[in-house]
Amino acid sequence: MTTSAPARATRALKIPTRLDRRYLPVLGTFVVLALMLVLGGTRYENFLTPAVVSNLFINNAHLIVLAVGMTFVILTGGIDLSVGSVLALSTVVTAALLQAGLPPAVVIPLAVGAGTVIGLAHGVMVHYFQVQPFVATLAGMFFARGLCFLIAPESIAIENASFVELASWVQIFGGWRMSSSVLIALVVVGLGFLVLHFTRFGRTVYAIGGGEQSALLMGLPVARTKVLAYMVSGTCAGLGGLLFAMYSRSGYSLTGVAMELDAIAAVVIGGTLLTGGTGFVLGSVLGVLVLGLIQTIITFEGTLSSWWTKIVIGVLLLIFVALQRILTLRRT
Amino acid sequence: MTNLLRHHLFWPVAALVVLLVANTIARPSFLAITVRDGHLFGAPVDILRTTAPLLLVALGMTLVIATRGIDLSVGAVVAVSGAVALSHIASSPNPDSPVTVLTAVGLALALCVVLGVWNGFLVSVLGIQPIIATLILMTAGRGVAMLITGGMITTVNSEPFKVLGSGFWLGLPVAAVIAFGVFAVVAFVVRRTALGMLLEATGINPAASRLSGVRSKTLTWTVYTASGLFAGLAGLLISADTMAADANNAGLFIELDAILAVVIGGTALSGGKFNLSGTLVGALVIATLERTVTVLGISPLVTPLFMALVVIAVTLLQSPRMRERLTAAARRPVATTPPEPQPAARPDSTEVKAR
Amino acid sequence: MTQQTAPAVVEMTGISVEFPPVRALDGVDFRLRPGEIHALMGENGAGKSTLIKALTGIHSPTAGTILVDGVERRFTGPADARAHGVSTVYQEVNLCENLTVAENIMLGAEPRLLGGLHWPAMRRQAASHLKRMGLDIDPSSSLGSHSLAVQQLVAICRATVSDCKVLILDEPTSSLDTDEVAHLFTVMRQLRSDGVAILFVSHFLDQVYEVSDRMTVLRNGSLVGEYATADLPPAELVQHMIGRSMEVLEAAEEVVEHAERPAGATPLLQVVGLGRKGSVQPFDLDLYEGEVVGLAGLLGSGRTELARLLTGADRADVGQTRVAGQVTRLRTPRAAMGHGIAYTSEDRKGEGVVDGLTVRENIVLALQARRGWMRPLPRKQVDELVASYIQQLGIRPADPEALLRNLSGGNQQKVLLARWLATAPQLLVLDEPTRGIDVGAKAEIQKLVADLAVEGMSVVFISAELEEVLRISHRIAVMRDRRKVAEIDGGGATMDQVVDLIAGGGTR
Repeated sequence: MTTSAPARATRALKIPTRLDRRYLPVLGTFVVLALMLVLGGTRYENFLTPAVVSNLFINNAHLIVLAVGMTFVILTGGIDLSVGSVLALSTVVTAALLQAGLPPAVVIPLAVGAGTVIGLAHGVMVHYFQVQPFVATLAGMFFARGLCFLIAPESIAIENASFVELASWVQIFGGWRMSSSVLIALVVVGLGFLVLHFTRFGRTVYAIGGGEQSALLMGLPVARTKVLAYMVSGTCAGLGGLLFAMYSRSGYSLTGVAMELDAIAAVVIGGTLLTGGTGFVLGSVLGVLVLGLIQTIITFEGTLSSWWTKIVIGVLLLIFVALQRILTLRRT
Repeated sequence: MTNLLRHHLFWPVAALVVLLVANTIARPSFLAITVRDGHLFGAPVDILRTTAPLLLVALGMTLVIATRGIDLSVGAVVAVSGAVALSHIASSPNPDSPVTVLTAVGLALALCVVLGVWNGFLVSVLGIQPIIATLILMTAGRGVAMLITGGMITTVNSEPFKVLGSGFWLGLPVAAVIAFGVFAVVAFVVRRTALGMLLEATGINPAASRLSGVRSKTLTWTVYTASGLFAGLAGLLISADTMAADANNAGLFIELDAILAVVIGGTALSGGKFNLSGTLVGALVIATLERTVTVLGISPLVTPLFMALVVIAVTLLQSPRMRERLTAAARRPVATTPPEPQPAARPDSTEVKAR
Repeated sequence: MTQQTAPAVVEMTGISVEFPPVRALDGVDFRLRPGEIHALMGENGAGKSTLIKALTGIHSPTAGTILVDGVERRFTGPADARAHGVSTVYQEVNLCENLTVAENIMLGAEPRLLGGLHWPAMRRQAASHLKRMGLDIDPSSSLGSHSLAVQQLVAICRATVSDCKVLILDEPTSSLDTDEVAHLFTVMRQLRSDGVAILFVSHFLDQVYEVSDRMTVLRNGSLVGEYATADLPPAELVQHMIGRSMEVLEAAEEVVEHAERPAGATPLLQVVGLGRKGSVQPFDLDLYEGEVVGLAGLLGSGRTELARLLTGADRADVGQTRVAGQVTRLRTPRAAMGHGIAYTSEDRKGEGVVDGLTVRENIVLALQARRGWMRPLPRKQVDELVASYIQQLGIRPADPEALLRNLSGGNQQKVLLARWLATAPQLLVLDEPTRGIDVGAKAEIQKLVADLAVEGMSVVFISAELEEVLRISHRIAVMRDRRKVAEIDGGGATMDQVVDLIAGGGTR
């Protein structure tokens, strides 16, 4: 066993000779991100500037929030296809209610809460009725999208003064800009990290992904945790919608079509296994940044057409999935 | 009566009948079919025509799902197929020549088969989870389609190609004839050869199938290839209907509709037993639902809401817990249904199988 | 060491568990005292697991009482049992490999700080628990990075974090090597001296003799008896476990004709030095036409693993296989089928039946798989084939369209036999074909095996019931500790001789 003296000696040095395998995928994402930054920086002028990096965050704040929620669900071994539609629903609810004259202090909780309720419904369907997550959240996706059209088939502009003020709040440090939506997104990331790593709920999320049966036999609250994970994802989608409404100053029922794919891709590229149990919120954030950076590079390139974005994302997905497959094969 | 209720087609057919009745009430002439220029016209004929691409995609999806898989890439394949065919026709000097059209169709289908083979390779050889393996092509596929069309919505004028989408044959829409024809042939092949049984065996118990000498890998690979081919054919029908290849929107969400058709038709996403007749009914339900919404004068944009309600109703009715409740209620007319705490393990095996 | 006088911490009386129509446990009494290591012995299907599950609340007994610390209890499940001091560690460790060692030990009783997990304290506490187990591993490493042996000890560690009165170890040693087993035993003895009652299930007799104080033997769901380990010689224990023939049927009395094998005949299948790391040690075996070779040995002795290597179900690391004199590599079951080799797995549910398909489809599955999907068997031929096997093997219900999941175990087994007979194999390897099925069906299958041999088929027959193996085998290969230890002539072999070989000559 591991009681041998050499093992003790190496540990005493306190220098990890081998990196923990859990961090390898995230490290891979980080390397890819760094390479892309270097590539962009050497190829284009004005690429590695605070403005570009700030914009990367500002343009993707909503996606970061979606990816955080998606990480919770995927860690339990599930999936949430509804986030794009729920985001749209939240923008529409926000815009419609503001148009109706309600104050933001009432509207914002309602818009986010709509996502929470849909998430709750998913959790109940998945856990108590054993509907597969794919189907349950697919139904939720259609439901939310239909609801959007029911509320407002047309785009609604947001003109509420205090909402616009909130949306346009920007803090400038030198060349760096920090908008209110980026601030919110970063707070969500921080909360997500804390919850996943420092609460029993968070650890149970991992445990369920590692083996639901084992988690049950360990006496962990599996049912509650699973339902909560879907609620977290729904809430994040609702919040993402709010951020998107702040970003676009409107509510539109066709927003966020196929955005769930971006969120899932970001999570997978961020090193989270779709089988559950392995992955980090910070990885998902890196995943979103990689996706955003692909877009930025293609814009900078100018001659490259936008569709290359999708192809590059597909290729990156392939590489990451293949790498993860090799890692899991080695382990068994 | 209870036998009828338990028949696997009962709920989907009931849904279809309800939709047809609702339509007929809203518009009494709904079921009427008229003959004009020797062609059949009317809402039912329209429904058959709009079902065609979905039916093809759902056909491939059913076979894939039978092996415990899923194919998310079919929508992207639809887009690629249309892009290839129309680009070829548009670049040809003679778009009305049948040779051009046949070459275009051949090229498109060949590429789609390659895409299917790619999916099958990822799943059966590399052992990547089907949902991720096909997610890759789902994302990249539309990019490829745009690459082919150069980002434009390619439009063409080609009479022979147009026939695929809006032509008539023996009074029936060509698209419907093709789709239902392919469906019938595949259903026949699947049930008359041993394919259906071997697919089901693979889906239900992969380990037992392997020990019985079933070539599960080859079968899995085959169904993904078939799914690619059928999606390609669907792509041709869709692009011939509009005579435009729209890489962004052609076949958008058709993978979800197809999965819904399969689920509504009573095939479980967990694989194994599948039934193609159910998928047929499921596809018809979805197409009729879309039609119903317009007939009832509701904005077609709200269709997703109705879809969601149908899916939730059907999946909940089919969920194990609901089944338990229903059969318990049927056995005991006085429905007190105490939720007995069932032991987690089943007495099937004598040894502890912890996982 | 055994505290005979101490009141029992667990007292189960008259426990019956039924899964209609099967009675898995029939009025079993069981007592566990504090500070003892108590082995629960029995062959497959004897009811060991059922008894443990009845105690921990996974199964609810149809009769009997369970007293824990003198209070009558019916636990609602493992979590409830654990809360009352009864913890179970399974062979397949039920922990989460993706979490850290510290979490696996502490989650549920974790130290908190400001409403969140207090990681440093958690690691510290976990480390001190690990130290008591003599384990020097990093609590913040992930559990999956450790060997199964360490994981097992971590599981025990978790069990001892909360107040643990009873520790159930279900086959903890089956995947451990000698040093790891020794370490585990040290931990077990230490826990015993702390007053914990340990229920130990193992199929390794020498281990049971090394570590246990008392043992309870079950057979076919009934109690055989409770013994002090020191008073029960291994050979006697094996006899208790296997049982004397209660069900020898007159008809099956002389099922084998001991025909002389023609001298110099080529073996149908000949393996030399075939083995697989961690599964079964290299062995030699020759199989001839018209001969039944029995494999005798306890559960876990390597008898199943040997069969799997013969039939391509597992791939061998070393050794050579010759089929009819030709060197061949059997990489897959399909390849083996091509050489006329058929294998029915002992795991009927997991690797045998396709329970969602019908009797007809299950019977033709292998034959059809060999032909490929494009050449379906003509329906008429299928119906005749299926009807003939249903009639010949007496499959009930005699309905080709019945779903297999609705058949009893015995009938499922007959369907599996039919599946392989339909392929007309030259060599049929049957792993526990008679397990868990009733006496009548058992006799029918034995008779069938004998008939097949007379017709010239070569059969390898594996069974936990020694009587059965002795009765129908021409030759018997004896397995112990994943090794083939002897090969004896079936005609002259006696029960005592084989029992001695299985128990390691009774000297260990």
